[in-house]
Amino acid sequence: MSDISTETRSVIIEREMLFPAEKIWRALTQPHLIQEWLMKSDFKPAVDHRFNFNADWGSVDCRVLEVEPNKTLAYSWGAYGLETVVTWTLTPTGTGTHLRMEQAGFRADQRQAYGGARSGWPQFFDTLEQVLARTV
Amino acid sequence: MSNAQDMLFRTLADPTRRALFERLCREGEKTVGALTERAGVSQPVVSKHLGILKQAGLVRDRHEGRQTHYSAQLGALAPLVDWTSEMASFWQSRFDALEDLLKRMDQ
Repeated sequence: MSDISTETRSVIIEREMLFPAEKIWRALTQPHLIQEWLMKSDFKPAVDHRFNFNADWGSVDCRVLEVEPNKTLAYSWGAYGLETVVTWTLTPTGTGTHLRMEQAGFRADQRQAYGGARSGWPQFFDTLEQVLARTV
Repeated sequence: MSNAQDMLFRTLADPTRRALFERLCREGEKTVGALTERAGVSQPVVSKHLGILKQAGLVRDRHEGRQTHYSAQLGALAPLVDWTSEMASFWQSRFDALEDLLKRMDQ
C-alpha cells in the first residue's frame, strides 16, 4: 500500500499462528491479556468506545472503529502527532490462523525527510533512535 | 520540504542547541542552571538557545518559584521520524510477544 495517489503508507505485519482465531481474538480484546503482549488499556470491543494504551513513556489515544468477533478489529491510533488506523484481520487456515495487522495513514513525505536527515546528522539520529526505541 | 521540517532542521543544525535537546531527551527535565553547568557556554547563551528550541516546539518550560525547568517535547519531532519503520519493528516485536502469550494461554 505504498501509493502515491493517496500519499499515505501502511505498515503491514502478517504471520501464520498455530492457534485458533477464537483464542487470538481473546488476546486482542481482553485487557488483562492485551497488557501481556502490547500495553495496559481500558479497551472494550464496542464500536466508538474511546480508550488509551498506556506505557511508562506516555499513552496512545484510540477509538474502536470496527468489531467483527474472531474476524476483524480496527481502532484509531493517535500518539506523538501520529494519526493512524490499526486493523487486525484473522483468517482461519488448515492449521491455525493467518493474522494480519495493518497500520494505515502514514504520510508519504515523512520518510523522505527522515532519510535526508539521517545522512546529515548520523550521530544525532542515533541518539534519537535510542530514545524512540524506548518510547514507541 | 515543509515549513515545519525546515524549522526543525534549522533549529537542530546548531550543535549547542542539539546538545541541549539531546540531553533533555536522555536525562529528562532540567533547570537552566543544571543545563549551563555542562553546556560549555554562559547561562544567557543557554537561555537564548532554549528560547529558540521552545519556538520550534522542541522544548517546554515550566516555572517553579524562581527556577525555570525545561523538558524535551518528542512529539515535535514527528515530521522528521520514519514512523513506518519505527512502527514496523514495534509491531514485529509485539507479534513475538503475542505468540508467546498464546503459547501460555489455556485453550
